[in-house]
Amino acid sequence: MVLSIQDLNVKFTLRGQTLHAIRGISLDVHQGESLAIVGESGSGKSVLVKCTMGLLDANGYIDSGKILYKDADLAKNRTDKDWQSIRGREIAMVFQDPMTSLNPLKTIGKQIREAVELHQGLKGQAAYQTVLEVLSDVGIDDPQRRYKQYPHEFSGGMRQRVVIAIAVACRPKILICDEPTTALDVTIQAQILELIKKMQQKYDLTTIYITHDLGVVANVADRIAVMYAGDIVEIGTCDEVFYDPRHPYTWALLSSLPQLGVKNEPLYSIQGTPPNLFREVKGDAFAPRNPKALKIDFVRRPPYFSVSPTHKARTWLLDPRAPKVAPPEHIRTLREKGGLGNG
Amino acid sequence: MADNRKKLVEVKDLSVTFGSRRHPFKAVDGVSFHIYEGETFGLVGESGSGKTTIGRAIIRIHPTSGGQVLFDGKQINGRISKALDREVTQRIQMIFQDPMSSLNERAKVDYIVSEGLYAPGHHLTQEARQEKVSKALADVGLLPEFASRFPHEFSGGQRQRIGIARALIMEPDFIIADEPISALDVSIRAQVLNLMSDLQKKRNLTYLFIAHDLSVVRFICDRIAVIHKGKIVELAESEELFAHPLHPYTQALLSAIPMPDPKAERNKTLLVYDPGCHGYSETNRPAWRDVVPGHFVLASEEEFARYQKNY
Ligand SMILES: Nc1ncnc2c1ncn2[C@@H]1O[C@H](COP(=O)(O)OP(=O)(O)OP(=O)(O)O)[C@@H](O)[C@H]1O
Ligand SMILES: Nc1ncnc2c1ncn2[C@@H]1O[C@H](COP(=O)(O)OP(=O)(O)OP(=O)(O)O)[C@@H](O)[C@H]1O
Ligand SMILES: [Mg+2]
Ligand SMILES: [Mg+2]
Repeated sequence: MVLSIQDLNVKFTLRGQTLHAIRGISLDVHQGESLAIVGESGSGKSVLVKCTMGLLDANGYIDSGKILYKDADLAKNRTDKDWQSIRGREIAMVFQDPMTSLNPLKTIGKQIREAVELHQGLKGQAAYQTVLEVLSDVGIDDPQRRYKQYPHEFSGGMRQRVVIAIAVACRPKILICDEPTTALDVTIQAQILELIKKMQQKYDLTTIYITHDLGVVANVADRIAVMYAGDIVEIGTCDEVFYDPRHPYTWALLSSLPQLGVKNEPLYSIQGTPPNLFREVKGDAFAPRNPKALKIDFVRRPPYFSVSPTHKARTWLLDPRAPKVAPPEHIRTLREKGGLGNG
Repeated sequence: MADNRKKLVEVKDLSVTFGSRRHPFKAVDGVSFHIYEGETFGLVGESGSGKTTIGRAIIRIHPTSGGQVLFDGKQINGRISKALDREVTQRIQMIFQDPMSSLNERAKVDYIVSEGLYAPGHHLTQEARQEKVSKALADVGLLPEFASRFPHEFSGGQRQRIGIARALIMEPDFIIADEPISALDVSIRAQVLNLMSDLQKKRNLTYLFIAHDLSVVRFICDRIAVIHKGKIVELAESEELFAHPLHPYTQALLSAIPMPDPKAERNKTLLVYDPGCHGYSETNRPAWRDVVPGHFVLASEEEFARYQKNY
C-alpha cells in the first residue's frame, strides 16, 4: 500500500455556509496499481486528489481524517513548506488543460530542465542530456530543436505530453491524472494512455486517473472507485465494476452510455439532481433518484458490503435481508454487446 | 436524401489565417460544407486541426481570410450591416470549449447566464429575467441556488453547464457547440444531449457539434465531417461513415475509439495514420469526390478507384 486515506472529511466555507464535499472517504491505493476514479460531476473527485497534494482552494479545509503516505499524515500539513517535499517529488499531478501548467514565456526545454535539476539534482550537460531523453521518452521527435521552442509552438497533444514528461521527470511515486485526455482526439489520446502505461512500468509508478470517459477507464484501470455525493459508493477491479456492478448509482451511470442509445430516442439519464451538499445528507445519498430505493435507504446510511475480497459497495441491496433487485437490462446488454461502436 | 431541405448555414471555401504576413499559418484551408435547417452536423478530427477556428469564424470572432459564410442565405463574414449584425448575434450562439477559462470569473452565475439578455432589443423585467435564469439552470441540471455563486466555486462539469445555459437562454436558431459535454459525467452528458434533441424537435434548432467523443457524435449527429490539418478529408451521414470509413485518417480515428468494455479494450488494434502514405504531388493531387451520393472523400484518382473497388 502506498497511500491510505482514512475517514476523510473535507468542507468548504462559502459566505457563512458550509459545504461538505468529501463525506468520510477511506481508500487504500496499492503500489504500482492504476486506479480510476469515476462518478457524478461535482461528487468530489478533484477535491479528493487535491487533498493529497495540499492544493485545496483557500476556503476549503480537511475537517477530519488521515492521509497516510510513508510515515507521515499529510492531513496535518499546513504550510507550503510542509508540502514541498511531497508535491512533484512524491506525488505529481497532470491537469486537464496543459496550458495551465506550462509557462508560456519559457521554452519547453527550460521548463523540463528545472524539474530535472530540482528533483534529480543534475546540472550542466547531464541535465541537458536528461531533458533530451525525457522528450524522446514521451515520443517527441527532434528533441534538440524542440528544446528551444515555446509552448505555443506545440500542438495541444504535444503540450500534454510535455506536462506528463515534466511530471515524470520529478520521479514521483504517484502520478495523478485529472481528465488527462478529454481535450485530445482519440488517436492522440490512445498514444498518451500508452505513454503513461509505459512510464508506469519503467518507473514503477502508481497512477490515479480521474475521467468521465468509461472507455478510457476500461483501457487503463486495474481498479475502479465510483463516487457519488462526496463518497465512494462502489470499488472493485475493472472487470467487477463493468461486468458485475452492484450499486444502483453504478447501474445508472453505465446505463447512460451513448453506446447503449438508440438513435432518435432519448438516452437513459438519471432523474433528479444530486443532493445539495450544504445540507446534511440522510441515508443513502442516491436514494431520492433511485426509483427502486428501499425504505431504509432514506433513513440510514448503508455500510459497505463485500461482494468479493476486492469488491465492495455501499448499498442496502447487498444486505442479506434485502429483497432481490436485478440490475437493469442495459447492464446485461453492455456485457453482451461489447465491441460496439467500431463499426 | 431529398435536397429540397433548406441550407441554414453554408460555408464555402473558407480559410482562416493566423500569424504575421511574413509567417502566415493557415489554420483552416479551403473548407466547404453546409448545414441543413434542423440538422445536427458533426465536426471531428485531430486536436489542432481547426475545428474551433471554424466555429469561431462562423460566429465572427475570427476574421476570415478567404471564402464565404452564409447564414439563412445572407453573407455574414466580412462587413455586414448593423441590423444583420444584431440579428445574427441573437440567432447564432456558441457554447465554448474550455469551461475553465471561458466564464467571467468576477461575475456571478446569474449575470453570466443572462448577460445576452441585457443587449439592446431585450426589455425584460427583473422577475422575467430571473425566471429565465432559473429555467435555464434547471434545464441543464443545476440548482436555482447556484445563481448567486461565482464560477470558481464549481466543479468542471458544473461550469460547462453554466456555459450551455448561457447559450440556451438566448433562444437561438443555430448553436455552435464546441465540446459541450467533454467535462460532464455520462449521465449529465445524456441529459444535455436529450435536452439538445428536445429543443431541436420543438424549435427546429440547428447544431454544429464539435467533439472528440465519437460515440456521442455517432449518436447525436445526422452527418459528420472529418477534418485533418485544416482540411476536411471525409464527409458522410453518420451511420454511413461508421459503416464505410474510407480515408485512412478516418479509419485510424475510428479504430482508436475507447470502448466502455475492458475485454474489448484489451483486444483492440489501433490503426496509425501516416499523412505521407498518399504520395500526393503536383501531378497527383487529391480532390473532393463522392463514392456514393452524399459520401465525400478527399482522394487522388488512383486512391478513389481503390476506395470504390473496396467499398
Ligand atoms: N472553492 C470551492 N468553494 C466551494 N465549493 C467548492 C469549491 N471547489 C469545489 N467545490 C464544490 O465541491 C464539490 C466537489 O467538487 P469537485 O471539483 O471535486 O468535483 P468533481 O467530482 O471533480 O466534478 P467534475 O467531474 O465536474 O470535475 C462540488 O459540489 C463543488 O461545487
Ligand atoms: N488565436 C490564434 N493565434 C494563432 N494560432 C492559433 C490561434 N487559434 C488557433 N490557432 C492555431 O490554429 C490551429 C487550429 O486550432 P483550433 O483551436 O481551431 O483546433 P481544434 O481543431 O479546435 O483543436 P482541439 O481539438 O485541440 O480543440 C492550431 O494549430 C492552433 O495552434
Ligand atoms: Mg473535477
Ligand atoms: Mg477546439
